[in-house]
Amino acid sequence: MDFQSITFYFFATVLVASALGVITARNPVHAALLLVLAFFTCAGLWLLLQAEFLAITLVLVYVGAVMVLFLFVVMMLDINLDRMREGFWKWFPFGALLALVMLAEISMVLMGRKFSADQIPTPPLRAADYSNTKELGRLIYTEYVYAFELAAVILLVAIVAAIALTLRRRVGPRFMEPSEQVKVKRSDRVRMVSMPSEKKE
Amino acid sequence: MNFLPPDLAPAYPEIFLLVMVCVVLLADLVAGAKRPYLAYMLAQGALFGCALITLGTSTSDVSYTFSGMFVDDAMADTLKLLTYVTVAMVLVYSRSYIAVRGMLNGEFFSLTLFATLGMMVMISASHFLTLYLGLELLSLSLYAMVALRRDSVEATEAAMKYFVLGALASGFLLYGMSMVYGATGELNIGKVTEVIRNVIQGGDIDDYAVLVVGLVFIVAGISFKLSAAPFHMWAPDVYQGAPTAVVLFIGSAPKLAAFGFVMRLLVEGMGAMVADWQGMLMILAVMSMMIGNLAAIAQTNIKRMLAYSTISHMGFMLLGIVSADGNGYSSSMFYIVIYVLMTLGIFGMIMLLSREGFEAERIDDFKGLNRRNPWYAFITLLLMFSLAGVPPLVGFYAKLSVLQAVLNAGYVWLAVVAVLFSLIGAFYYLRIIKLMYFDEPETDAPIVPPGDIKLLISANGLAVLAFGLFPQSLMAMCAYAIQQSM
Repeated sequence: MDFQSITFYFFATVLVASALGVITARNPVHAALLLVLAFFTCAGLWLLLQAEFLAITLVLVYVGAVMVLFLFVVMMLDINLDRMREGFWKWFPFGALLALVMLAEISMVLMGRKFSADQIPTPPLRAADYSNTKELGRLIYTEYVYAFELAAVILLVAIVAAIALTLRRRVGPRFMEPSEQVKVKRSDRVRMVSMPSEKKE
Repeated sequence: MNFLPPDLAPAYPEIFLLVMVCVVLLADLVAGAKRPYLAYMLAQGALFGCALITLGTSTSDVSYTFSGMFVDDAMADTLKLLTYVTVAMVLVYSRSYIAVRGMLNGEFFSLTLFATLGMMVMISASHFLTLYLGLELLSLSLYAMVALRRDSVEATEAAMKYFVLGALASGFLLYGMSMVYGATGELNIGKVTEVIRNVIQGGDIDDYAVLVVGLVFIVAGISFKLSAAPFHMWAPDVYQGAPTAVVLFIGSAPKLAAFGFVMRLLVEGMGAMVADWQGMLMILAVMSMMIGNLAAIAQTNIKRMLAYSTISHMGFMLLGIVSADGNGYSSSMFYIVIYVLMTLGIFGMIMLLSREGFEAERIDDFKGLNRRNPWYAFITLLLMFSLAGVPPLVGFYAKLSVLQAVLNAGYVWLAVVAVLFSLIGAFYYLRIIKLMYFDEPETDAPIVPPGDIKLLISANGLAVLAFGLFPQSLMAMCAYAIQQSM
């Protein structure tokens, strides 16, 4: 077994184990952290496939930005685990049966000759100055420019929707206006009342 | 490697609409507080401009651009024009409804236009990527629109259900597409067709098995989006919970786009596997007609009832596609156009009967409508008879043409089942007519809609009658669109 195969099996084992952990962990913070591990090992697998740009992007975007935000959300929300697990065992036999049937059917197809290792060509070795990043950039801005622009529009929709759903103009907030404050005169605050003095009886 | 810039001309309507959405966003930001109707006017203008561009650039030949990701053919032009008209009608119906309920802000209109853009992308897609991206653009805008009334618990719950199930459906669809990609190595619909044909001719069992698994997931994803049974569970909850203006939108224009989606993906892309998807669609169609029509009888909420009615109509529409010939496809297209026309009318009527602080959501709210306003009762009568499929209204011809296609394809039992379930379905449409004409009104609140809505709902109701008397022109248009793009 050469070095490549050993790294592949190592990453693959860790990936599958951590992915299983994500869905079985009791604590949502642990689940999120295991997902980070899954992304990390997945990036390692992509590196083996010579997709270094995608691997680095996966780590930077998903681990660096998305998962950190996700962790914040998970930590801030007070999730009641017992209520989430309510009804789990009631539906478990039914769900497990469905999952088993689907698993069997899909594996019958995917374990076939079509996806066996000898059917899939090994990626060609590239010269040292071959840049994956450059190739991706070229494709995105030429052949796939339409899909790229559409993805941008979808992000714009996400921004508009997020703002529309969360921005609240609060009614009746109390705040100070400094420019108004300094302009204040004595007459605005103090009212002189002349009262006749009362005699002592 | 040389790269030629893509020919933008076929995509002018999409580009124009995108620019206009940005204009709506900015204009509403700058002047929205002072002029609440500015976004509305701009949105209508954008749709009108798109219609002019599409009409101006419409030709009978098929043109591809963006490296074959975008196709412009007669079917795309026809469906797009119908979409513009539908969305424009939705906006007219919704305007005063959302103004009364404090939803009249730029986001409603910009999200509507974003969704319209997504539908146009779906209709003109000739690549799995663009099909998916268009669908997501549409769905994301719709999720947000359902939740726009964020202080309403019902609306938020509906949005959540819609979002989770919609995301699941998108996952199914993507998984199916990835299987097809795995088997064919292509994402472009034209090339996928070619490879599938070669696989079938070559008799490669392994490749074919992967394709069939992919097809199963794709059909499941599509039927989620079409709200066909057994993937229909979201529809009643979303219809009930969402603001009626948004339901009107969800129930109308996206159905046109979904039809385009089915045509591009199943008929054009996987047409060689017709024997496989025919059976799946048959099951979906029969189940939808059964569940839709039977469950609708038990409803007391009219929006929920119409959701089940949608499910049954989608089942009926699928029958035309099951027939799998040009005649069947064009009758399906005719059916969906007519369905959209009727949905616009009936939801328009629900919004018209609602007023500030009161939603005409119960079936009982239609009681005695004839005493309150005979003209609106008459229009509702036309719409209900048409939904039930009573001649001479257009709903009858829509059903007739689909049934003819089914019979031509040799599925007599399917036609019998369809007629039986339509008969069952007629009950709950006729019940509303009975309530309107023979029951005492529960309220005598006056119905005073703005002038343009009054005009539009009258035109809408009369169109159902007019197209019923003269269905040939619309049928010929659908037949032409399908024939030119096959």
